[in-house]
Amino acid sequence: MPDPAIFNYFGVPGYSLLWLLTLISFLVFGRQVTRHVRVLAHARAENRWDQIGKRIGLVVTNVLGQRRLFDEPLIGAAHFVIFWAFVLYATTFFWSLFRGLVPAMAIPYPDEVAWIATSVQVIGVLAVVALCVAAVRRYIFTPVSLERSWDAAIILLLIALVLLSSLAGAGFRALAATEGESSRSVGGFLGGLFAYLGVSPAHAPTLYLAAWWIHMITVLGFLAYLPYSKHLHLLASPFSVFFASLQPSKMPPASEGASRLEEFTWRELFSGLACAECGRCDRACPSFDCGDPLSPKQLIHHVKELVLTLDSVSSHGKTFLGDVVRPEDIWACTTCASCMDRCPVFNEHIPLVMEMRRKLVSEGQVPPGLPEALNNLARYGNSFGQSERKRAVWTQSLGFKPKDARKETVQWLWYLGEYACYHPGLQSITRSLARTLYAAKVDYGIVYESERNSGNDVRRVGEEGLFELLRQKNTAMLQQAHFDGLFTTDPHVYNTFKNEYPELNHGRHPIRHYTELLATLFDHGELKAARKLPYRVTYHDPCYLGRYNGVYDAPRRVLQAIGVELAEMPRSRRQSFCCGGGGGRIWMEEAGQAHSRPSESRVREAASLDGVRYLVVTCPKDYVMFTDALKTTGLEGKLLVKDIAELVEEAVAA
Amino acid sequence: MKIIVLLKMVPDVVEELEVAADGKTLDSEFLRLIANELDAQALEEALLLKEKYTGTVTVVSLDAPEVDDALFTALAKGADRAIKITGGDGALGTRAGAYLLAQALSTIQGLLPADLILTGAQAIDDLDGLTAPLISHLLRLPQLGIVTKVSVDTAAGVATVLREFPGGVRGEYEIKLPAVLGIQAAEKPPRYVPVAKVRAAMKSQVIHSVPAPMMADGGVALLQVAAMAKPEVTEHAQMLRGSPEEIADQLCEILAARGLV
Amino acid sequence: MAGNVWVLAEQWRGQLSEITYEVLALGKELATALGCDLQAVLLGHNVKPLAASLGKADSVLCLDHSALATPVAEIFAHALTPIIRARSPQAILMPLTNVSLGVASLLAEELGIGCVNFCRDVRAVDGSLQTRSVLYGGKMEAIVKPAQRPAILGILPGVRPPDEGLAETVPPIEDVTVDVQESSSIRWKRYIEPEIGDVDISKQEVLVSVGRGLQSPDNVAVAAELAEALGGAVCGSRPVIDQGWLPLSRQVGKSGVVVKPKLYLAAGISGAPEHVEGMKNSELIIAINTDEQAPIFHVAQYGIAADVMDLLPALTEAVRSRKEVKSHA
Repeated sequence: MPDPAIFNYFGVPGYSLLWLLTLISFLVFGRQVTRHVRVLAHARAENRWDQIGKRIGLVVTNVLGQRRLFDEPLIGAAHFVIFWAFVLYATTFFWSLFRGLVPAMAIPYPDEVAWIATSVQVIGVLAVVALCVAAVRRYIFTPVSLERSWDAAIILLLIALVLLSSLAGAGFRALAATEGESSRSVGGFLGGLFAYLGVSPAHAPTLYLAAWWIHMITVLGFLAYLPYSKHLHLLASPFSVFFASLQPSKMPPASEGASRLEEFTWRELFSGLACAECGRCDRACPSFDCGDPLSPKQLIHHVKELVLTLDSVSSHGKTFLGDVVRPEDIWACTTCASCMDRCPVFNEHIPLVMEMRRKLVSEGQVPPGLPEALNNLARYGNSFGQSERKRAVWTQSLGFKPKDARKETVQWLWYLGEYACYHPGLQSITRSLARTLYAAKVDYGIVYESERNSGNDVRRVGEEGLFELLRQKNTAMLQQAHFDGLFTTDPHVYNTFKNEYPELNHGRHPIRHYTELLATLFDHGELKAARKLPYRVTYHDPCYLGRYNGVYDAPRRVLQAIGVELAEMPRSRRQSFCCGGGGGRIWMEEAGQAHSRPSESRVREAASLDGVRYLVVTCPKDYVMFTDALKTTGLEGKLLVKDIAELVEEAVAA
Repeated sequence: MKIIVLLKMVPDVVEELEVAADGKTLDSEFLRLIANELDAQALEEALLLKEKYTGTVTVVSLDAPEVDDALFTALAKGADRAIKITGGDGALGTRAGAYLLAQALSTIQGLLPADLILTGAQAIDDLDGLTAPLISHLLRLPQLGIVTKVSVDTAAGVATVLREFPGGVRGEYEIKLPAVLGIQAAEKPPRYVPVAKVRAAMKSQVIHSVPAPMMADGGVALLQVAAMAKPEVTEHAQMLRGSPEEIADQLCEILAARGLV
Repeated sequence: MAGNVWVLAEQWRGQLSEITYEVLALGKELATALGCDLQAVLLGHNVKPLAASLGKADSVLCLDHSALATPVAEIFAHALTPIIRARSPQAILMPLTNVSLGVASLLAEELGIGCVNFCRDVRAVDGSLQTRSVLYGGKMEAIVKPAQRPAILGILPGVRPPDEGLAETVPPIEDVTVDVQESSSIRWKRYIEPEIGDVDISKQEVLVSVGRGLQSPDNVAVAAELAEALGGAVCGSRPVIDQGWLPLSRQVGKSGVVVKPKLYLAAGISGAPEHVEGMKNSELIIAINTDEQAPIFHVAQYGIAADVMDLLPALTEAVRSRKEVKSHA
């Protein structure tokens, strides 16, 4: 076969042309990439070099292993193939390019090495199939939030061209082969096909050259186009995964908020560049699902535009927040973290929302309902606007007085959370748990009026100053109290105590959710079910317990211990669908634009399970949101909401 | 435009109020004070006017527990100056308080003349008078109360205000400046100011403490409370209990008995 | 000799306010107990015909002047001061409403005496007056014994039933010369009416009133359904109107409309005094509120401590089926 680099094309040797094209491609590519890097260099610093081992692990699992893609199995498999085909083709491309640019080198072309050629061809065919799957999915069975854009079409076509030109080249090579070089697999098959179609072996070398050049030019063109398209994710995603957020609470570093380019951190902006616009975040988002203004994908897209359209030196002071991203989009987020959990490139939607909320709060621009809640929190330590002195009113009809952890030492300090204390519908559940633990002789105490809101949701609405205030007071109070471990009924309290209260010194004070405590008690026989409850139930994983902190099994162990039959909802565990109350949304007034509420979607999902009587919850906000949703959807007769504590009491009571 | 806001601290009724041992005053053990709700509206209106017409806003309060919080919050919201009158008797009524304020306003340099003096239309502890009319009388300024909208013609020195009447009716008046206005509601709900800003104000800004002027006369509370107690609960509704359906039936019986159903 | 008991008869836009009769009833009680006359003082412009309705008083002092055409507190205070000095009443009862607010304070200052506000009751005890005044939004009551003459007392609405202030007789009317001028600083321009819309809630026999306990503007529709089933209309407390869930014309309370329907169903309303002022004279008051301690339960005849959104649909259902049964019977 002729050597494409040496062959003379109208007097010009191949490698000269190749050099020219390569330089053009690299320049165009390099210019845009350099520009991106300079823009990021002007953003806020953020150190993401910690825990290198863990980071490498993430890259292995999620880039090489493509793990998150498999949440949607069919396209996951297809993309896995396309990804590895790309890796292989990229390798052979650069090999060919190098060899083509420096023909004096005594190395073969990759397709002159038998086993490499075979691998490339086989994977190439698989990749073509995968490409068809992808194209059909995008253009015929279009999933929500996946666009049938020109960019996508061009990419698909370019990839197809890359694959097909390579395969065709292999076919022509086979066609031109003498008997001695026996046909190899795919190439051989294609060679036979071309012969069948009447292509003369005499033309095969020329056609081979043509295919080779088409292939190289396409890839060089693709390379140049890359940093201008959503396919930048090819380059950016290994970095976005390597520099992913490793901390469970998903908060950005301390700041006064961001609305201009230089106020965001480089990693927050990088999300825009790494995004492949796959739409998984939108498909996971409870607010988006209900017609709220929020689209996580659009948010990332706006960030991408922010990076792309501004001069590399500084932002022009354009109102990114206000003009491009509207405040109502930002306030619609429940911080459920489904978006971040599903994103294959580990983009960081929530930190972006947090930064912008901080900015809005610093300007006093908060949505209705929030000022009242925040003022109450600052003044009374609870969002209900009730006196601190009423925090322990729920204990009055208990029949016994729980220990006061401020005055005597207890093994477990029970931090209730404001909903469990003040909400009239929840106080009976709190008493339920109190009685159960008391009867099981668990050594626990509460801090009565000294308890204040932990600040988790205060932080999530962007009021860092108020969070600091609450954290200071709570930490000081807890340092004075006498306890070994702390457990709480509220996953939001759990999350912030565990992840955002460094002074609590978790080594000395294990922080637990009450289901973890109950599970342990059942495991050790300190709690025994007097009878197995004959119910069929389903369980809702709270966002701050499950996705944020990985606690999925403890509540299920408790359910098992009390004998109920558990039917899982389609969206369970990691995929659990938020009740809509997080991120301070339970304090805000309804957006009014949504056609339904996340809680309604969730109770419908629960009610669709055959024979399920109870929707079991382990978060007070879930209880409130779902109870309301049962009313507004008219499903009250079909399903009841139960806190796990109620079922435990029923099972354990003699 | 120069605007003065008079802000006072009143008992926070979120807490249970108890009567002290003397049977006449509030027990102070768990008592908390909060800025009078309508004074907060007055402050918001003042800040809105400042934004619209440019000028300065000075907040003046009598010293009381937790008044510093309220004044720093006002500064964080955008007030230019905060003045606290110290040394007065803590148990002043509204009337005596108004006398002190009027005297202080007149003696503190640079406060008067102001274009507008805003304060809440009334407060929950106004047993012996309302601040706005009292101040207006003492400073010999015109006054309108229950105001919900203010616009100013700075050139003509006149403000146009809307004042609430029953039945949702509002009256439009023109009032010559300088004037005193008792604010019922600002044109927007009081703005939120983040805790970080208030804390920053506490570090970077100052509340000017001014000792209470000597009162020649009139600074005396003209009424005396003989006794104070929680109101007797004489009547209470008959409570209906049961499931929603059961209660609905009971209610229908009640309504039917009166020919309403 | 102790002077008479005076009542400031409040009129507005050519009509006597209902509170006038309530205060007249109180004034009569006090005058009788103190052994003196009750005089009504009527201020305004071209208001003399109204004096005929003030028969509960022994006589009426009519102060008619063009400057008194619209309520400006200072002018009213200026008008009253000289005649009070001249005639030395021992007590002046002044209504506390949006119309007369501020007059009591100014009048007291002009006369150099004090006033007592927020009176929900006044008694004559051993020849002197004693008030029960509301403080701190209703959380406390103070017993105050005014020591000065005249005692200027600000009277809250609802102190006595208005019927007790009516009388068939026409009282003697005295025209009193008024020495005031139009204010040079305050100029009345016009009234701005609220948009009435299609419903005048003051004329409804049944009102379903919603408060913040409803939680969401979407839920107003549920209340409207019940109102429709009962043949009435929806109204609301001030916070609900401020939020825009209902128009201004549907506001019940001190700054809104005063209503007296046959049935007032308060759904998710706490019972703040400003609201209660507007509906306390309803014939039947039923209150629904999750908080058993809510003040509304002291005003209502029947109460349900429940979630409004639980009860309203059930009630609508029950009312409808009852009406169906009736129509088929």
